[in-house]
Amino acid sequence: MTFEIIMIVSLCLLTLSILANIYRVVKGPSSADRIQALDAIGINLIAGIAVFSVLLHTHAFFDLILLIGILSFVGTVAFARFTERGMVIKQKDEG
Amino acid sequence: MKPNDVILQSVTKVTVIIIFTFSVYLFLNGHHHPGGGFIGGLSTAAAIILLFLAFDIEKVRENFQIDFKKLAALGVLIAIGTGFTGMLAGDPFLTQYFNDKNLPIFGKTELATALIFDTGVALAVIGTAVSIILSISEGDSLWKR
Repeated sequence: MTFEIIMIVSLCLLTLSILANIYRVVKGPSSADRIQALDAIGINLIAGIAVFSVLLHTHAFFDLILLIGILSFVGTVAFARFTERGMVIKQKDEG
Repeated sequence: MKPNDVILQSVTKVTVIIIFTFSVYLFLNGHHHPGGGFIGGLSTAAAIILLFLAFDIEKVRENFQIDFKKLAALGVLIAIGTGFTGMLAGDPFLTQYFNDKNLPIFGKTELATALIFDTGVALAVIGTAVSIILSISEGDSLWKR
């Protein structure tokens, strides 16, 4: 019983962290702030899924953790390339 | 100044191997656990898109040599073809057969024709996702106007 209370409290803290990141996404002056806040939201989602799968006594969501990590990495790299070079995929290496 | 992508390219060379392995794991896991053809194909497509991001299109194209539109068509043909093999034996369309075989390394394994159907689904998903990304990224001069 105490264990479940600890898990629920940690989920509430993760929710507060995601809300703080959402404030940065909405308010952030530059687009780099928004990209970094979205990446941090992805990491918080991973932690939330881990706590939920402990709480529900299942290991069915463990694949999802790695999948969200991969997709968050690819998305962040694509956004960073877009803000820095202006295009996501270049046609030919200029060098 | 010539842009420098050393860190991104080195990280990609390690990460892509992990993502391909994970997608094969998801693909083979789909019969008894979460996973399957669709999500396996999507994570493979994510790895290929990461390759396109880190390197350029022509370098990946000359190392892959795959026409992704033909890959999507081949996947749909495989998925439909497994349905018609059930009809040849007199059973309804898309009947699934399974059998326990003793494989040399894995021991007793349940082999099912649903795996071939899943292969078709995965190939169709890979071909569709990567060809969508490629056709979006090729409109460069149209984007700048």
